[in-house]
Formats: sequence, structure tokens, C-alpha cells
Amino acid sequence: MTTRSVPYLRIRNLTKKFGAFTALDHISLEIAEGEFVCFLGPSGCGKTTLLRAIAGLDIQTSGGIEQGGRDISALPPTKRDFGIVFQSYALFPNLTAAKNVAYGLENTRAKRADVAKRVRELLDMIGLGEHGGKYPAQLSGGQQQRVALARALATSPGLLLLDEPLSALDAKVRVRLRHEIKQLQRRLGVTTIMVTHDQEEALTMADRIVVMNHGAIEQIGPPLEIYREPASPFVADFIGLMNFVAGTVVHDGVVRLGRVELACEADGLAAGTEVTLAIRPEDIVVQDAPGPGSEPNSLRARVDALAFLGSFFRADLAGDALEGVLLRADLPVDLVRRLGIAEKSTLSVRLPRERIRIYPGSTVHR
Amino acid sequence: MRAVIGIIGLCLVIALALPLGLMLGKSVQGPKDEFVGLANYVRYFSTPALFQSIGNSLWVSILSTVITVPSAFFYAYALTRSRMPLRGLFKTVALVPILVPSLLPGLALVYLFGNQGLLKGALLGHSIYGPIGIVMAEVFTTFPHALLIILAALALADARLYEAATALRASRPRIFWTVTLPGARYGLISATFVVFTTVITDFGAPKVIGGQYNVLATDVYKQVVGQQNFQMGAVVSVILLLPAIFAFLVDRAVRRRQVALLSARAVPYQPSPQRPFDLAMLAYCVLIGAGILSIVAVSQFAALVKFFPYNLSLTWAHYDFDQKGGGGWASYYNSIRLALSTGVVGTVVVFVGAYLTEKARGFALGRGLFHFLAMLPMAVPGLVLGLAYIFFFNAPANPLNVLYRTMTILVINTIVHFYTVGHLTALTALRQMDPEFETVSASLKQPFYRTFWRVTVPVCLPSTLDIAIYMFVNAMTTVSGVVFIYGPKTELASISVLNMDDTGEIASAAAMAMMIFYTNAGARGLHLLLARWLERRTQAWRRR
Repeated sequence: MTTRSVPYLRIRNLTKKFGAFTALDHISLEIAEGEFVCFLGPSGCGKTTLLRAIAGLDIQTSGGIEQGGRDISALPPTKRDFGIVFQSYALFPNLTAAKNVAYGLENTRAKRADVAKRVRELLDMIGLGEHGGKYPAQLSGGQQQRVALARALATSPGLLLLDEPLSALDAKVRVRLRHEIKQLQRRLGVTTIMVTHDQEEALTMADRIVVMNHGAIEQIGPPLEIYREPASPFVADFIGLMNFVAGTVVHDGVVRLGRVELACEADGLAAGTEVTLAIRPEDIVVQDAPGPGSEPNSLRARVDALAFLGSFFRADLAGDALEGVLLRADLPVDLVRRLGIAEKSTLSVRLPRERIRIYPGSTVHR
Repeated sequence: MRAVIGIIGLCLVIALALPLGLMLGKSVQGPKDEFVGLANYVRYFSTPALFQSIGNSLWVSILSTVITVPSAFFYAYALTRSRMPLRGLFKTVALVPILVPSLLPGLALVYLFGNQGLLKGALLGHSIYGPIGIVMAEVFTTFPHALLIILAALALADARLYEAATALRASRPRIFWTVTLPGARYGLISATFVVFTTVITDFGAPKVIGGQYNVLATDVYKQVVGQQNFQMGAVVSVILLLPAIFAFLVDRAVRRRQVALLSARAVPYQPSPQRPFDLAMLAYCVLIGAGILSIVAVSQFAALVKFFPYNLSLTWAHYDFDQKGGGGWASYYNSIRLALSTGVVGTVVVFVGAYLTEKARGFALGRGLFHFLAMLPMAVPGLVLGLAYIFFFNAPANPLNVLYRTMTILVINTIVHFYTVGHLTALTALRQMDPEFETVSASLKQPFYRTFWRVTVPVCLPSTLDIAIYMFVNAMTTVSGVVFIYGPKTELASISVLNMDDTGEIASAAAMAMMIFYTNAGARGLHLLLARWLERRTQAWRRR
């Protein structure tokens, strides 16, 4: 799946301008056959524009796109090979589910019986075998989106484009459909690009995530890598929760935060450089036996506020050592119960060396 | 797709832009087509008999507007904010004037208040021939147009605003002033301009009942038909065009703002019964409804009796149109032909045009220009368009002059004249469709025309029918657009009404006007049945 030797889709230096506004700024990207890639970013970051450029709906200003070794840069959508699913489903309201699925199959040289057979297969595949005769308005949102998916897959396209396909659905349906789409994609092995602004969706579904901001790619990588090793404060902030605090480099591998010196992977930065430290709330470790604070990367902190969020507690940590900085930490329910942590408790916490990310510059995010 | 936009666009250029341009040119030319600068305009403004009409036109237009808009507002208020009985019936009654030519109220008023009229005394010695008659006829004609606009504005009411106001213990009048009226203000402004424009450009009512009171529209007619002074006709037309364009621009700006007022989360308002208030509203509607119906009833009655009101014995004599001054029964059949052709051809052209401006990708300049041309007819009075057609299609050098005085040119003129409303109706329907249908089709390798035929047309069928009936009804009633370009073999029913009134055969004119009414009412009824049948047959998908 990750053999990158022959990419199925190759995007080279793609730029798209709308008047003076640059929607896509020299995007280069390669996607392997059978890969599931998510374009993730806030609204206006250019992810949808990139998808529409790949589909040929908004032709790029400059740059090129190759699909399966064929240069498709200048081809209209009808000459390209893709299926597409939209947030709005875009099901034809006056055609039944079966007719919608059959839409791309009719008008080809396929025999009527073959078309009917294929439609039945597809409807069975999405678990709507009994509902083929219903009109879109008679189906639930989740069912409609599945019909849209079947319609897009009916012609066995080489590339499946999903434009925020789950955003219009209820939370529970969304989670279930996420799983179904992923399974289906894996089974069919169809190269898939999904645009989303929902990080959870991207993390759970994608083989690789392309994080975008202001028309440029911030980072490309597998979900775990994106989450664990965000390449920039933007990625760190956009995906998951992150504490950002200002610090100063003491010497190679040590950064001062407030009164504490923390060991971290900060190589090649001169002493005195101002940096931003980042650590995820769930990576802050509460130590069972509060030691004297002599352990590496440990400090004593006071619980300023404690909020119960169902599966865990979120604590705001402050302390003299932190000099007014607040750290958010996610604490397991079981731990809070065992140690009797409450507001005003004092804890010994550790910021593990390998979990701290260092970004140059002191501009503390948010 | 671009080719089709180009073709329809070219048709609009030929049938609208070129004639109008030519007319503007004529207004600065002398009798031998030589350029004379503003000499015609100077002559116009130094002839009191001519420029007085500007004041007259403004006066009757303002007066009609001031009467129509508030009365239509309270009628609409009664229909939407009270629980009085028979609201559906009262709405239908109020829409009756749409189905008749604007000549009809003039005829009825002659019978009621004319020199031998039943109620002549009610005018206290004033003559119905003149501003009084014009204003009365115009109020009748414009009432339903104002009503429809204001009804739409009042229908937008958000129940939560009323609940909030009631919870804050606002009194009924206070709610009216702080919630109802502000909510409808754009509708009121829009109605004001529509009524004003309709009156100032209307030709039928002042022609029949204006007497010696000259207005701009009748001046155009007199200059062209009476004196064959085409240059002066063009000058008056340009002057007539100005208020219409002004009103059109204001209306567009206002409508654009109205959209922002609608929130998707608004809860529709349901009035609760309040006996005294409902009864007062009912009384008001009965009064207005009776007024409208009596105009129609008097016309019909007068057409059926020997000599209204002196000899009330029944006769069919007035229906013997072939013996009268107009175009006879042939003109009635011509009107049917015109209305059917306009309904069918116009609907197809308008819908395809709207589809292409809305759905084509790229080609923004071409689509923008096309949209402008499609909106322009709204601002062009029928008389002005008709006169422009004389200049354009009657020019010997124009290869299209074979069309002059044929049915074809009447159809073209009528489609162009009523293009804008159809265009807007089609756009509204098209915009309710998912913009991604075309994208999905492209990804499924389907040509755009297949999606157009299998999805767009079926989904928009009800709106298409609305456009067709709109075109049909207006083709039946229009006078101003076609009065300059009909020929001896293509006289229309509405023109016959005009001509029979001219020769004094008022009863026959009323009879023919009522024929138009019955035809339109029948067409409306048929439209209703067809729409209902279609909804059952082809719109099953709309049901959940």
C-alpha cells in the first residue's frame, strides 16, 4: 500500500488563484494506488479547491496532475476517471435509489440485465438491498449517503473523491458510516481522497493525512505520526489538544519553563533562543508517590480547576514553578479516584522528555 | 452549452437590445433620419400640450400607488394575520384583475359612472373621464400585483418574534408597528414601485377612460398612430422609460436585501382567532372583494343586455363581433393562438436560458450579459418595446422585416415583454436544486443534456407550468406591447376591445374583454388540474 515507487496520482506544483487570492500555493503530492488519503484543514485552507482541481471542476492556474500515468491536467471532468460523493449527497430527488445507482451505468453499452444485476450488487453491498425502490426523500441521511457512495462506485472508477461526506449526518450515524466507508474502501482497494475538517474522521479513516493551511501543505504523514509529531504549531493545535508554553533554551537538550528546566529533544538551538514548548494534555503524567520533585522533568503543581468529561478528568495545573502558566492535563478517572485528586490538591507531575515538542519562536499559540 | 447561450442571447439582442437601441437613436433623428441632436427633446419641452403629460402621468401614478398599496396591505394583513373565514376565496377574488385586460375596468367604470352611468351622482358633478377614472381603473388593475408581493412579505413572519413581543406584553397595535410592519417593509417598498411603474406605463385604462386627460402612454400612441410622428413617439418613449428603469433599479436593490431577512430557523406564524378583529377584517375584505367583482359583473351584464342600464332585456347581439368595429371573432382565435404559442415557446426558451445562465461553468461574461438582457424587459414598458419593434422590424433594410405584422412577431414581442418574470421563476426553481448534480453527472460520464432531461426538467416541472400559465394569461390580456405591430390578419382580442371601444361599441368591447377573462379563468383552472395531476403522477418523490 505504501510502495511509492509508482504513484497513482501525482500532483506537481499545483497553484490555483481566484483573482488576487491564492487558494492553492504550489502543492505537490503523490498518492499510491489503493491509498486512503485525507485532506484535513480549517475551512478556507484550500482542501476542497484541491479536490475540485483533481476532479477537473476548478482547473488549476498552473501546475499539473497525472492519474495512472496519464496527464489529466487539462481534461474536463467527463474525460477523467473518478467517482465523487458530496456532503449534500446530491442524489437526484426524482429518481429512486436504484435509478440513482444505475445512472452512470445506463447509456453505456452494458446490457439492461447486466445493469440491473450490478445495481443489485451495489445496493446489497451498502446494505440497502430492500430499499432500491425508495426515493431519496424517503431514506434517512445515512442511507442517502450510502446510496451516493454506491452511485459513485457503480462505474468502478479508479479514484474516489469524498467531499466532506459525513458532515451533514448525526454524530452516531457519522461514526458508524466512517467505519463502513473505510471497510468498503479497503475491500475494493479503490484509491480514495476524502476532504474533511473533522480531525477525528481523518485520524480514524486515513492511511495518510495531508494537513493544509492557507493553500499550502503543512504536513503529510500517517495519522499517528501527525498526532505524535506535529511538524508545526499549526498542526499541533489543529489536531487534538495541545498545551503551548513559552520557554528558553538553556543548552542543547534542555529548555527552561518558568523555574523548571526540562530535558527535551531540542538539538541545534543556541542557548538563550526563545522557543515554544508543546505537550498534549494526556501526556502529562501524575506520579503516584509524590517525590521531592527531583526526578527528571518533574514539578509540583496545584489543581486549579477540575472538570469531569465522562471518560476522564481535565485539570488546569498551576504552580509556583510554572510562574503563572496554566497546563491542561487529562487525568484517568481511576487515577483521580485513587489519589483523591480534587480542586486545590497538589500533585507531582512529570512531562516526559520524548513527549515534549519544541518549536522555534516564542509566539505562544492562542 | 456556450453555443446555446450564444443563440438565445443573440435572439434577445435581436428582439430586445437592437430595437431599443434603434429607438433611442430615432429620438435624436429628424423625419429623414438625419441626426438632429436634442432638437426633438427641445421641441417636446417647449410644447406645453406635450410636457404637461409628465405631470399628469406622475399625478395619477402617485395617487393610484397611495391608494393601492395600503389597501392591498390591509387585505394581505387580513389574509395572513386573521382567522376570518373564506380566506382562500378572498385571495382568489382579489387575483381576478390579473385575468382581464386593463381596458376592462375602464369600460365598467364608464357604465357605472359615465354620462349615463348608474352611480354618476356619486362623483358629485366630476367626470369619470379623466384622472378619477384612470386612478379607479388602475387601482383595480394593480391591486393583485401589490397584494401578491405584500402577501409574500407577510408570509415570512417569524412566529418567535410574535411570541417574544407577546411575552413582553406588547399590545396588538404595538406589535403591528414594531413587528409586522418592519417585517413587511421591503415588500411594501417593492409593491410601491411595481404599482407606480405599472400605472405610469399602462396604456389601456387612460385610453378607455382618460378622456382629454393626456398621459405619457397615450401620448406615445397618439404621436405614432394619430400623427405618424415617430420621432416624437420615440422622445416620449424615452421619457416613459426613465421612471420605469428607476423603479426597476430600486426594486432590484430592495429585493436583494429582503433575502437576508429570512432565516432558515424561522417558525411560521399561526394567528389565533379573535372575534372582533376577524370580523372587522372580514368586513374590509368583503368590501374590496365586492368592488372587484362588481367591475367584472357590470362588464358581463352590460355585454348581455340591449342597452345598459336603460333596456335590460337580454341579447347576444353584442357578441356578433364580426359585425363590429374590431377584428371580429378571428381576433379572439388569434389571441388564443398567440397565447398558446407564447406559453409553449416562451416557456421552453425562458427555461433553457435560465438553466444555462445558472448551470454553465465558466463563460462568466457571456452569462452575465445574458442575465442582464433577461432582466431588462421588466424595465421596458410594452408601448416602448412595441414602438422599438416598428423601427427595427419595419425598416426595409432589415431582412427580418418579413416578420412585420405576422403572428411570429407578436409571439416574439410577447415573449420578450414578459421574459423577466419567467426567467426569475425558472432561476428560483433551479437554485433549489443541488448545485452538484451536474458534477456528479460529469463524474459518471453523462452528458449534461441527459441530466437536464432526466432530472432538471422533471424536478422543475411545476415551475415550468407556472411560467407557461403566466405567459398565456399575459399574452391574452396584453395591449400595450402589441398595439403597434399587429396586422390586419393578426388583430388580437385585446386590440379588438380597444378598437370597438374607439368606435363606440362599448358593450361589444366589454363582451370581448369578458371572453378574455373566461379564457384566462379556464386556463388557470386547467393549469390547476394539470398541476395536481402531474404532482400525483410524476412528483411522487416529493412525498416522504
